[in-house]
Amino acid sequence: MIIELGHFALILALATTLIQATLPLLGARRRDAALMNVGPVAAVGTFALIAASFAALTSAYVRSDFSVLNVWQNSHSMMPLLYKFTGVWGNHEGSMMLWVLILAFFGALVAVFGRNLPHTLRANVLAVQGWIACAFLIFVLLTSNPFIRLYPAPLEGQDLNPILQDFGLAVHPPMLYLGYVGFSITFSFAIAALIDGRIDAAWARWVRPWALAAWTFLTLGIAMGSYWSYYELGWGGWWFWDPVENASFMPWLAGTALLHSALVMEKREALKIWTVLLAILTFSLSLLGTFLVRSGVLTSVHAFATDPRRGVFILGILILFIGGAFALFAWRAPTLRQGGLFSPISREGALVLNNLFLTTATATVLVGTLYPLALEALTGEKISVGPPFFNLTFAPLIVPLFVAVPFGPLLAWKRGDLLAAAERLYFAMGAALLVALAVVYFATGAPVLAALGIGLGVYLMIGALADLAMRSGLGRIDAGKTWHRFKGLPRSVFGTTLAHFGLGVSLIGIVCATAFSTEMITTMKPGDVKAVGGYEVRFDGMRSETGGGYRADVATFSALDGAGRVVSTVSSAKRFYFARQQPTTEAGIRTFGFSQLYISLGDPEDGGGRVVRLWWKSQVVMIWLGAVIMAAGGVVSLSDRRLRIGAPARRRSRTLARPVAEPGE
Amino acid sequence: MRRVLALLALVALLAATLSPALAVNPDEMLKNPTLEKRARVISAQLRCLVCQNESIDVSDAALAKDIRLLVRRRLVKGETNKQVIDYIVSRYGEFVLLKPRFETKTLLLWGTPVFIFLCGAGAMFVYSRKRGGGVGGRPLSAEEEAALSAILERADKRSE
Repeated sequence: MIIELGHFALILALATTLIQATLPLLGARRRDAALMNVGPVAAVGTFALIAASFAALTSAYVRSDFSVLNVWQNSHSMMPLLYKFTGVWGNHEGSMMLWVLILAFFGALVAVFGRNLPHTLRANVLAVQGWIACAFLIFVLLTSNPFIRLYPAPLEGQDLNPILQDFGLAVHPPMLYLGYVGFSITFSFAIAALIDGRIDAAWARWVRPWALAAWTFLTLGIAMGSYWSYYELGWGGWWFWDPVENASFMPWLAGTALLHSALVMEKREALKIWTVLLAILTFSLSLLGTFLVRSGVLTSVHAFATDPRRGVFILGILILFIGGAFALFAWRAPTLRQGGLFSPISREGALVLNNLFLTTATATVLVGTLYPLALEALTGEKISVGPPFFNLTFAPLIVPLFVAVPFGPLLAWKRGDLLAAAERLYFAMGAALLVALAVVYFATGAPVLAALGIGLGVYLMIGALADLAMRSGLGRIDAGKTWHRFKGLPRSVFGTTLAHFGLGVSLIGIVCATAFSTEMITTMKPGDVKAVGGYEVRFDGMRSETGGGYRADVATFSALDGAGRVVSTVSSAKRFYFARQQPTTEAGIRTFGFSQLYISLGDPEDGGGRVVRLWWKSQVVMIWLGAVIMAAGGVVSLSDRRLRIGAPARRRSRTLARPVAEPGE
Repeated sequence: MRRVLALLALVALLAATLSPALAVNPDEMLKNPTLEKRARVISAQLRCLVCQNESIDVSDAALAKDIRLLVRRRLVKGETNKQVIDYIVSRYGEFVLLKPRFETKTLLLWGTPVFIFLCGAGAMFVYSRKRGGGVGGRPLSAEEEAALSAILERADKRSE
């Protein structure tokens, strides 16, 4: 019964999205307030209905109701409760439900917190959200319906894929979708602006926090996915340039560009057309990612659900929205008035440069991802585009960008002084040089490129702090005043500093993990000791274990320091899940500072030995730490007073913030 | 879901191979560390043909193991890295290369980043020539700088 109610709620939601997609739009054209006011009501209604439907599906999972096909395929009565919850989106149908749920959630947020938006703008934005929701609800109902019943109901389910039975599933997909789908709001704003034919201050002030929020979630989602694969795949790779990974990386790159160009638009009213284009591009790339993952065109075992009907359907949605958006853009963009002037050497100029590099990087990833598909479709020839290609093309684009990053915030708006900015970065440059030299000196045989990479990371970190130092007048005025100014700096300044600082942290992590990690593949017997990364690792022995739905061979190791004392014990296991007859590798990981000892268990050898893979992953934690710092920058920047007027999270203070709505930096 | 999917791939592979062994095993490694290191470098550039988007260096498929052994045999014979890679390509086709060669059919692949960058840079240049000229004004004079900092000082005092 609950399942049928959930099913009906989903169908009703489709009906409300149809209302949401049409009436407000009509109202905006006719300047009819009553019609426009239908928008928020419909948006909130859609969200409530989809939430109810999602809750019904979740309850079926929690109750292990195997009379529902989707639950039977992806759940098991013996699974821990957490995985019964997360199992809801551990499959194609359920993850699409999460997708539309988040979409409707964002629509409802605009409806509830958008009261101070111009009426026609809000009506148009909600209508565009309605179109997207409508298209995806039809997709779910026609091709990926999770509410299909099974009769007679089986006694036991087929279990969730063992690899998904992990905490990562609870965090990674929701974060990633909050990011992907969050960009639908900026897309809707862009389309609404094009329909209206004008962009005003309210538009810019609204778009930036949304882009920022989506970007923050996407950053965390990607970082979480990277760490998950690192510990789950069993050999400690953290980025593979896999098409499915690229599908999430492209919206991130474009979203980062959008974030920066929206800044120019908000402050200086310049780059309007470009910002609109980027907003469209970013969400288009999110949609493309959805298509690539779910259509099966990747001719890859990575594909989610290789049902050609689904692929064709999403391709239709893709063409409709992307094609429609670009057609609208070509038609209406010339009517948008261009804003403020600036010289090439200025904050605006630096942000344009940022956009140039990020857009080129996005295009590079896009071409690399789609080229094999296109070539095969056109000529039948098969080629591969893998990590060596991306590393080779991506690095030259990203290094100059990183060099330019600290300059940006130090340049004045409108017209800046490059020399003065460089002078403020002398300290950062000097420190970077010193660190690079130290790396070459102390790590004998260190590749020069690695030393330079670490230097660049240090330069980014200190360069980010240089902006704070300059703004608070460090060294120019007395300490008390400096502190006072420091406290009074807008939060967005701290946000920028944190994000740029995090970039440096990640870069150092990537360089060190690539250049200084060591690996040992060997056969060990209990009692054997091997040296890895300054520690000795002793194989203590094997034991068997059983857990929720699996049995495991667990090997225990001890990490010994130079004096032979046990510093830590590590266990590494191979599990075998009964229901799906699948093995998994559970790597043993110990963190020392920012580095990790990573032990992966191989097969038994003849003669009682065991294949063991030992890695010393140098500074590897910094990769994800940097991403978390970047995301923290996003959160801090979102809490800036000037954004609260549009930000969704600050209901009470919004009325207080209204008198100071003018950008006050 | 992206990472999940890569994980699914691994599961499929593990299930497909009879003895799930992860990537390079001790018994296939060469005694000579320099040669072994070269073998690893080469392996990272070759695709495992039955598992998409994994190099043979990290793949645990049987075919990947065969190619790994083949690479090592050719290296022991004294071939250069390029000769080994050419040999593998002659046997398995260009699909095996994770970094496609630069030739007519990959012109667009290698050229697009350069093309986009140049177009963007060109557009920036034209734009700044056309519109940037309008930014007039001159830098502040010494007196003006002094007056400005005086105002800032006062603002600091007031807010203290």
